Amino acid sequence: MLHSILPLLGLLAVPAAAQDAPVLEVYTYDSFVSDWGPGPALETAFEESCACDLRFTAAGDGAELLARLRLEGARTEADVVVGLDTSLIAMAAETGLFAQHGFEGRAWDLPIAWQDDLFVPFDWGYFAFIHDRSLETPPASFEELAESDVSILIQDPRSSTPGLGLLLWVKAAYGDGAEAIWEGLSDNIVTITKGWSEAYGLFLDGEADMVLSYTTSPAYHIIAENDDSKMAAPFEEGHYLQIEVAGAIASSDELDLAMEFLDFLTSDRAQSVLPTTNWMYPARLPEAGLPEGFETLIAPETALIFPAGELPEIRSMALDEWLTALSR
Amino acid sequence: MAYGAQPLIRLGQIAAGLVVLLIAGTILAVAWRAEASARLGAADWAAIRFTLWQAAWSAILSVALAIPLARALARRRFPGRSAVVTILGAPFILPVIVAVLGLLAIFGRNGLLNAGLGALGLPEVTIYGAWGVVLAHVFFNLPLATRFLLQAWLSVPSERFRLAASLGFGPAATFRIIEWPLLRATVPGAALVIFLICTTSFAVALTLGGGPSATTIELAIYQAFRFDFDLGRAALLALVQLGVTTVAGLLVLGVAVPDAMGGGLDREVAYRPARGRFLDGLMILLATVFLVTPIGALAVSGVAALPGLPAEVWWAAMRSIATALGSALLCLVLSLSIALAVVRARRGVARLLDLAGLLGIAASPLVIGTGLFILTFPWIAPSRLALPLTGLVNAIMAMPFALRALIPAVARVEADYGKLADNLGLRGGARLRILILPRLRRPIGFSAGLAAALSMGDLGVVALFADAGSATLPLQLYRLMGAYRMEAASGAALLLLGLSLCIFWVFDRGGRVDADA
Repeated sequence: MLHSILPLLGLLAVPAAAQDAPVLEVYTYDSFVSDWGPGPALETAFEESCACDLRFTAAGDGAELLARLRLEGARTEADVVVGLDTSLIAMAAETGLFAQHGFEGRAWDLPIAWQDDLFVPFDWGYFAFIHDRSLETPPASFEELAESDVSILIQDPRSSTPGLGLLLWVKAAYGDGAEAIWEGLSDNIVTITKGWSEAYGLFLDGEADMVLSYTTSPAYHIIAENDDSKMAAPFEEGHYLQIEVAGAIASSDELDLAMEFLDFLTSDRAQSVLPTTNWMYPARLPEAGLPEGFETLIAPETALIFPAGELPEIRSMALDEWLTALSR
Repeated sequence: MAYGAQPLIRLGQIAAGLVVLLIAGTILAVAWRAEASARLGAADWAAIRFTLWQAAWSAILSVALAIPLARALARRRFPGRSAVVTILGAPFILPVIVAVLGLLAIFGRNGLLNAGLGALGLPEVTIYGAWGVVLAHVFFNLPLATRFLLQAWLSVPSERFRLAASLGFGPAATFRIIEWPLLRATVPGAALVIFLICTTSFAVALTLGGGPSATTIELAIYQAFRFDFDLGRAALLALVQLGVTTVAGLLVLGVAVPDAMGGGLDREVAYRPARGRFLDGLMILLATVFLVTPIGALAVSGVAALPGLPAEVWWAAMRSIATALGSALLCLVLSLSIALAVVRARRGVARLLDLAGLLGIAASPLVIGTGLFILTFPWIAPSRLALPLTGLVNAIMAMPFALRALIPAVARVEADYGKLADNLGLRGGARLRILILPRLRRPIGFSAGLAAALSMGDLGVVALFADAGSATLPLQLYRLMGAYRMEAASGAALLLLGLSLCIFWVFDRGGRVDADA
């Protein structure tokens, strides 16, 4: 029992040290701050130069971040939000909480032109289903997947940005036929998790044949684990593009520091950390280029994406179809 | 009645009034806010259907399995029987999320069951989805149903079984003449109570449901909050939930509900036919394995993770302990006030006071939570209210059980010593301090323990209000599961289990030390 109490005592003694430095409160998603995610490395790097205390708060998956901001409204303690994406920025902008960033002139290495005065892109990727090499004849389209008995793990589009990405992927590829695709997929789904972390963890534990993630996910296994058994299934319809963004909260007491952090997030130092911690393509290609292993990844021929302005409407229509198809 | 009783009655009226005000007030807030909102969508109807579907199956399966189990327990004597009966009482204080993690360890894809099935070349089972929800509900309610039915079996006078034996009744005749009427009288009540409990299922559906096809109304309320921040729709769903629980509650009131909290379950009936011994034994063994292995597996996997638990888990544990203590105190103050008044007041008033205290059984925590959120949100940040409201709501949920324990005890004290105390002019605070409280140690200890354990393990209201900085241990545990830090999650689950049992034990034992026999 002593074992369990000792850390507790230590805990009570800790929070005296870094009290005077200004605190920058950053809301982000779970996997960003996990031990192997970019959070710890970015925190160390930023704190070296900012004379501040950077604090990450994990608020579930990306879409939950937005819900949390809407719930907290002007009361929010966040100074910066990291991890919203192209599917959410129109809704996020509607909250009126975000400040203009002034980094418009920056040159981005993104598959599409970037124009947004509230949100700064920090990485991007294509959604894809990941499977083990041992899976025989992986499906090459949603139709094939729906007809097969391959089991999949997906995320809830209401709480998770990959989940929302999948919703929009199917909608972009099939339009009015999206609901029929979802009905076909419903018997392939093992479970719908609230966030990416849980789904990917379940997949690695063997709970399903495929999991919705990114074309870049195999790079994690290749580089970090020296394991080339995981691969992304290329889909004929093309792959939906996600650009992850960060924004500063306008009402923040530390707005200058928040801007400094956004600047840092898109700097060469942070950008070269992201590919091997967040396992996404950097928004600005670092001088050293992409890490070895990224060249093995599939490159989708067709990138699908809805214009940001149309999204709130398309999202709510696609969500109704999804709910209807999967609640039968 | 007793001299100087008026202030006590008034105190009870105030306590009952507060409970009614809270429940009615939150319902009014919900109704007021729901008006502005739109219609129910396809997914909402699916949630209503699923809520009823899973509650029905949970009730049917729990009772169906409880019948042979209760019968076996009633008529067999074996070493460890009282331990089995004790285990049947444990789910009352077992945190739902702990049980879910334990069930995952057995029934998950990598669980013991699938390992066994895989070794035999049989297809694997999945715990996620609708049947997983039902499985978890059966885990919680099979023991409850068994206690209901066991009570009924034990209520049959032994003479009747002896008479049946001397008349040469075979098993079929014994069943038809004695057991069937007994089942017919108790099974509907037991099934309806379980149905009612399962209609307000939240934590199980949250963790095992996953997806629109396995969403309960309570979960849909949570999603409307947390995913869409749509208070209007949350309120509308809360009204629907209220309708479902009210109808189910009225049905329960309409049938005879057996007593599951009563003592004396360690007796056995005089009817011990030689035939069926193997089947009875098998039933008891399977049920015990079903109830014990998930927690055992969790304990094994959790022990290793305990020393390395992240700091936020320990902070959450401290918040949970504080909440549990507050909840226990509140539950006691409210229940004791009502119990003292019920014993003194005129019959009609007493009945009303008692009913007010029982409201908690039919109230849905998430409906109350929704109402409180609507009332407080404009004024105060929800996360600051997370702990007080968790304590408050659980105190009210525990009140029906506390009252069932306290009212008879107060009545007994007054019957035994009331006249004497009146003659001595012992009234008011002195009467309470000198006469009543010392003789209520047992029910007080039990009630406080129950309220504390319930709020320690609760994952309901807190999920609506809390953020990372105000998370209780169950919520922190759920976060760890969401981030798929399963080792830390099982460690936290073991900690939560230990704390819940401990806090119940401390209060319950505390009430028995030196207790007036």
